[in-house]
Amino acid sequence: MKTMEEIKAAIEAAAPGAGVEIVPNPSPSGQHSLRIAPSHAVAVATFLRDDAELALDFLSNVTGVDWLDKEVTEKVKVTSTVTKTVDDVEQDVEETVEETRKRVQPGCLEVVYHLFSSALKHGPVILRMKTMNRTDQVELPSLTPIWRSAEFQEREVFDLYGVVFKGHPDLRRLLMWDEFKDHPMRRDYVDPDDYEYEPTPHDAVLTRANAHKAAEEAKAREGTGAGL
Amino acid sequence: MLGEGILKGMAETARNFVGSYFSAERMTTVEYPEERIAPIEAARVFPFLVYDTENWEAGLRCVACQICEKECPPKCIFIEKSKDKKPDAIGKPQFYPTRFDIDISVCMSCQICVEVCPFEAIKMDNVFELATDDRFGGLLLDRKELAKSNEYYHGIHPTEAARVDARLAAEKVKADAKSTAAVVASAVKGAERPAPPAAGGV
Amino acid sequence: MTDTAFRREKMEEGWNRPPLIEEDGEAELLEVAMGPHHPSTHGVFRMDLALDGERVVRLKPVFGYLHRNHEKIAEGISYLASMPYTDRLDYICSLTNNWAYALAVEKLVGQQVPERAEYIRVILAEFTRIQNHASSIGFLIQEMGASGTPLMYAFREREKILDLFEELTGSRMMCNYMRFGGCRVDTSAAWLDAARKVVDGLPGFVDEFENLLSTNEILMARCQRVGILRPELAVNAGITGPMLRASGVNYDIRKVDHYGIYDRFKFRVPLGDHGDIYDRYMVRILEMRESITILNQALRDIPGGPIMDAKAKIRGFRPKPGEAYGRIEAPKGELGFYLISDGGPNPYRYRVRPPSLINLTVLEDMCLGSNVADVVLIFGSVDIVLGEVDR
Repeated sequence: MKTMEEIKAAIEAAAPGAGVEIVPNPSPSGQHSLRIAPSHAVAVATFLRDDAELALDFLSNVTGVDWLDKEVTEKVKVTSTVTKTVDDVEQDVEETVEETRKRVQPGCLEVVYHLFSSALKHGPVILRMKTMNRTDQVELPSLTPIWRSAEFQEREVFDLYGVVFKGHPDLRRLLMWDEFKDHPMRRDYVDPDDYEYEPTPHDAVLTRANAHKAAEEAKAREGTGAGL
Repeated sequence: MLGEGILKGMAETARNFVGSYFSAERMTTVEYPEERIAPIEAARVFPFLVYDTENWEAGLRCVACQICEKECPPKCIFIEKSKDKKPDAIGKPQFYPTRFDIDISVCMSCQICVEVCPFEAIKMDNVFELATDDRFGGLLLDRKELAKSNEYYHGIHPTEAARVDARLAAEKVKADAKSTAAVVASAVKGAERPAPPAAGGV
Repeated sequence: MTDTAFRREKMEEGWNRPPLIEEDGEAELLEVAMGPHHPSTHGVFRMDLALDGERVVRLKPVFGYLHRNHEKIAEGISYLASMPYTDRLDYICSLTNNWAYALAVEKLVGQQVPERAEYIRVILAEFTRIQNHASSIGFLIQEMGASGTPLMYAFREREKILDLFEELTGSRMMCNYMRFGGCRVDTSAAWLDAARKVVDGLPGFVDEFENLLSTNEILMARCQRVGILRPELAVNAGITGPMLRASGVNYDIRKVDHYGIYDRFKFRVPLGDHGDIYDRYMVRILEMRESITILNQALRDIPGGPIMDAKAKIRGFRPKPGEAYGRIEAPKGELGFYLISDGGPNPYRYRVRPPSLINLTVLEDMCLGSNVADVVLIFGSVDIVLGEVDR
């Protein structure tokens, strides 16, 4: 199989402006991946499937990954012009100060595609796409028109992560029921506390169950009180 | 000929039917409550705690290190560690569990607690007839119900128990040698603390 | 784009969905919810069918009745603690699930596996394949109406294999046997002898099964030219395992990746010609025969030595940051695990690629235009386990 660099060059030749970026993988598995711009994803995917040398006709796995907002501490050199009095003359002097800044690296949702070739028996070639953020700009192009196997798996990513796939023929929840509101696989998902409040003998479940039960009872009392 | 395949299949079932009267191999079912197959040595159901000596409370090998509680996949183990230390079976002062509960309605018999335990204190039982009409209390085993003697362990898993005993004995010899060496060394050099016994793998 | 228009367009590209009846057409459609409590659905699974008389014009699978968010659970516990949960994915084949997960973690940390452990893994995986194929054929025939006999024959044989599993791993179905860098307990000489004895009996069982079924006229009438899956669609839809090979695509991960030590064994990959139910049945029978030859070679060649790598860690296992995708040829298809580590004791991302779910992608394509009675058969020939579909 071609190396990652060769694949990157081939994609850039076939789909100019695709903005392919190699994401290195430090683990011993050595499975590096390619990050592509969502705007060119369909063109890149079509090329990867139809190119005779790559022939990645078999999309094995589609996964979502949730990257939370991360606080990054970094040292920045700041150059500023300060007016100082040097030798009794006012002068503008440039000063460089090292500052420690905290910056919030915005989180995103990422979708990972593992491609193999059933004809040439090579792989995996790993594609990644990122959404702009985790809240309102969560749209990515669907690759279902290129590989059917993405149909259910993209529905699953939509269901559990909330990535909206544009161009998916039938984008509904796959595992959760249609009325369900949240996306359970997100890292900041909080389980509802009403799913099970049987008197489990100990630990946090019991504390939460008791609190929930008390709240339910209070609500019920309030309801009957209002009725009277 | 049409129907040949069906006739061939019927001959096969007839052979099996007649054969079941003559060959024990073809009789595969066991009429369970009346008839039982011999217990398999490796079989595992729910965990129990091993104790040495006569007294179950003093002889518990568990030192409440809580590794099993942390590693348990469905989190069915609940341990409260003691504040004080008590001498264990070999007379070494150790912490002990003041509470050790296993919720067997949650336990999935995976035996990871056994694997991660450095003290050979928790092992798998092979008793499976544990039906009860008490949904909560009856399926929550406390440390008294969990404690089983080392002889019992030898009875259900003889090979494994012999291996465990040999290992513990070897460790004890090593620890004794170390502590004697330490005593000698401390007599020579002054205060030197004896090293704790090495925590072994599985 | 509406679903119908989308499919029309895609038909030209090789998706073999026949055109649907227009919504405003003459025919009156009957909507049937098949499942979730239908004896043929192997658990809780629903198909929303639209029928025009006996003919299926729409089929929408509905999942999630058994969903427990296995992946979320695994992200909250340590790497080792996920191992018993993998048993419960495809609960017929817990040992291959163990292997796939162990393989992915071993790729993630670069862990070596001793030779003896690799042989044990192959032996157990091939036993798993045989018992899975036998019982899945049994279930398929039962769904055809032959209640009992073939299924009970399959279970009789499966019983012997499960006894072996219990003797070695302590449990019949939830084996929890493989570890990162080896296996949990060693096989004794007595166990290997017992395994050889079971393997010696297996060809006779497959012959018996074939006498019973392969030339049966009713089976042929119901299975041949029903539920045809074209190879182009099969590849495009990510179908794997016996279903893909029944459509004539030569893709067996044991041959492609040579994971473990599969390059040491001589075996053939059976392929189908037509991609119908009968081919799927036949491919499974032939795969059982190939598994027996692998078992014979593995039990002959198994070397001595350790079963755990000396560098493998049980407690305090923390892989360095990175990611890995490991996959094996499970009896149902490609079972993959995708792991991302952030250096902590729990995986940052843990993903199962479930063959059962993805093989159902083409269920509608295979069923459209056939009779409703055939839907049960086509569904049975996919060979799924709901524990893995819904996770």
